[in-house]
Amino acid sequence: MSQLKKIQYNCKKATFLIEKKMLSRITFREHIELRIHLMGCSVCRIYGKQSRIINDMVRQLFKSSMPGEAKLDDSFKKELQERIEIELNKN
Amino acid sequence: MSAESNQLDPHTWVKSHADYLYAYTIKRISDEEQAKDLVQETFLAALEKVDRFEGKSSERTWLTAILKNKIIDVYRKKSSGLRKDVQAAEHEQEDFFEHDDGHWRSAHAPQTFGIEDVDHLVNKEFNSILQMCLQKLPALWMAVFTMKHMDDADTTLICSELKVTPSNFWVIIHRTKLNLRACLQRNWE
Repeated sequence: MSQLKKIQYNCKKATFLIEKKMLSRITFREHIELRIHLMGCSVCRIYGKQSRIINDMVRQLFKSSMPGEAKLDDSFKKELQERIEIELNKN
Repeated sequence: MSAESNQLDPHTWVKSHADYLYAYTIKRISDEEQAKDLVQETFLAALEKVDRFEGKSSERTWLTAILKNKIIDVYRKKSSGLRKDVQAAEHEQEDFFEHDDGHWRSAHAPQTFGIEDVDHLVNKEFNSILQMCLQKLPALWMAVFTMKHMDDADTTLICSELKVTPSNFWVIIHRTKLNLRACLQRNWE
């Protein structure tokens, strides 16, 4: 089986290339192989679309400071500032 | 104004930055106690470095940089050792593809499940599922994934910090997404 034929049916390899391509560069050959694969594989096309969306969502999740986000309780904060003041007074 | 804001005032640190730093940490390390400890350690470490603050960045940026290094330390510690969690996660995706030709097995083949059309960026429910799925990842995968996606860290840096080879890095990126996507599909429907 030729290399080209092999990738054509290999979704594991195709999804690997989809991931790599989103974050970095893939070779020209890999690019062609992936395109050929995606032309004939609707499942990997869905995968690619979802994977991109997931990346966006993850980025958004970590960037945003949404209201209702995790907060420290006041007593912890009070103690923490007191601890800092003690350290400051040491010097 | 900009020169003014680039000064340190430890007397207001907790009030001004503690919640921000905690939220920053909890997204990257989903352990409340550990996150609290890290915030505290960050302030205490910062106090010792006050003299070396050059005013080039804002107080918050400076504190966040200190925290970031502490988080990477935690990642490094968590992901060293036996890595049993990695084995379990790898096992989970063993059946995703046919072993001989790498084709999706039908039971695991991605299907559209709704993230394609909802306005997921503001969807609270989706965010909580996403967070739950992220928490299930093995420590090393979570570390690699977080550093790459959330902090845009350089691949070479991630590899050296977490002691993974570049080829293993891409394997981890791929495997992480496979499990994450499957987890989202399972839980969203």
